[in-house]
Amino acid sequence: MEAREHNGTSFYAYLEDNRLMGSRCGSCRALHVPPRPLCPTCYGDEMSWEEMSGTGELVAFTTVHIGPTAMIAAGYDRHNPYCAGIVRLSEGPTVSGQIIGVDPSDPESIAIGTRLRATYVKRGYDTGTFLAFEPLD
Amino acid sequence: MSGRRLGRGVAVVGAGMTKFGTFPGRATRDLFVDAFQEMRRSVDRGIDPADIEALYVGNYSSDLFEQQGHTAPIMADWVGLAPRPATRIEDACASSGVAFREGLIAVASGLYDMVLVGGIEKMSDLPTEQVTDTLATAGDAIYEIPAGFTFPGFYAAMATSYMDRYGATPETFMHVGIKNHDNGARNPKAQFGARIADIMASKKARAEAKGRPVPQWADEIEFLRDERANPTIAWPMRLFDCSPISDGAAALLLVAEDLAPSFSDRPLHIIGSGQASDVALHDRSDLTSIRAAKLAGDQAFAMAGLGPRDVDVAEVHDCFTIAEIIATEDLGFFPVGEGGKAVEDGRTALDGSQPVNTSGGLKSKGHPVGASGVGQVVEIWKQLRGEAGERQVADARIGLTHNVGGTGQTCVVHIFARRF
Repeated sequence: MEAREHNGTSFYAYLEDNRLMGSRCGSCRALHVPPRPLCPTCYGDEMSWEEMSGTGELVAFTTVHIGPTAMIAAGYDRHNPYCAGIVRLSEGPTVSGQIIGVDPSDPESIAIGTRLRATYVKRGYDTGTFLAFEPLD
Repeated sequence: MSGRRLGRGVAVVGAGMTKFGTFPGRATRDLFVDAFQEMRRSVDRGIDPADIEALYVGNYSSDLFEQQGHTAPIMADWVGLAPRPATRIEDACASSGVAFREGLIAVASGLYDMVLVGGIEKMSDLPTEQVTDTLATAGDAIYEIPAGFTFPGFYAAMATSYMDRYGATPETFMHVGIKNHDNGARNPKAQFGARIADIMASKKARAEAKGRPVPQWADEIEFLRDERANPTIAWPMRLFDCSPISDGAAALLLVAEDLAPSFSDRPLHIIGSGQASDVALHDRSDLTSIRAAKLAGDQAFAMAGLGPRDVDVAEVHDCFTIAEIIATEDLGFFPVGEGGKAVEDGRTALDGSQPVNTSGGLKSKGHPVGASGVGQVVEIWKQLRGEAGERQVADARIGLTHNVGGTGQTCVVHIFARRF
């Protein structure tokens, strides 16, 4: 696979291609998502890229009514809240992402444990692609 | 755990703070001067500021709030301490709790006999959405903030995990806000000098005066469930679950313990100190507890040779209501999963078995983030010296402060004793 640095720039570059990528430590085999150049467990620095399946489950979430300026620029506000969550990937690591395909105006309808799959969103205020998840079913 | 020991004992002999609130037209340095002057007046036998050897000051982000970096030497200058060494510590909302620990370590090492510790923040010059952005920089700007997390959002996510595991409801969290507003109403330094019931009464009176329908809330919980009265910020955290945008400053004078009697008849002895760090929120295996707070608490209790049952009064980091519940479990005041029930049962109230946040906490006293850690110590100073007025806990001998930075990437805990 390409010799991209194991960092945030590469993580977001892969998201542009709709790929969720992590770093596998060559020494202790620990998997890190997001990627890292140095394994905090064994100090190994021989990382290789590994593509995630993108499936996972919702661990925790919130619906944000008062957002940061970037999300306000993307069209969200108290009348149009969004959901942000923490997702445990099928491969084990946990990541932060926007949760779409749920009803943020009815947070009690959103359930921890919901099975999700990764999706890749554009927000308008930025040319970048952001990691998000949506319900599998 | 075997406790670490300080090189020598250190005591607090002076403490002062501004009222916390919003103060248009007053810069951080103006607030710090007020805190410093109140600190000087609090020293029983007086001090000569010329004896202060160094300044450690906690400040989260004057850079973004006020377009002012490099704040430590300015604070030193404004209280007449230049050219003494002045050091700023930034650990998000734990900035001044950590500054306090650095001042403690500096005196315990023998390098200095007397240091000034400060905490400062001036947040209210920026509009709310820019304050939200500035606070969010305490999260991970590459991996957490692009998901849409805000600070209320992070703690709200912890709250959903806590509700899922322990069966708590949004109403559980509301009891923390009601209790802390009750306490803050007894604290003249608090930003909100009103109980929730007082706020309800004033809203009813305003509606009546304007000839609008008068809202009929049966009790505080019904008021807090009302989306119009208490709007959702990040579900399940509503407005009254969140600490406010605040300005404020606080100052403490630390001296080597053997010098304390020259300055104070009633010094506070610092008998325990602990600090720890942690990974980003999404990287943690458990979102219903803050590991760094448990570790910092364990270190502080081990140093003091005490346990949670020995603490008479505690100031914990209730930046959001869920945070206070988690704090009371992390510190061992209550078993895991029972912190919510403890507040519902009144056990953390002023007259409860384990009073928590007698000052009103960050929720009601206010949360000028870089000043909050030192502000907590000011409350323990008042409680252990019997100077807390209407909110005094009878015969408080052991006090604890618990200050959290970010979502718990930094935690610092201190334990204090009076020996008079």
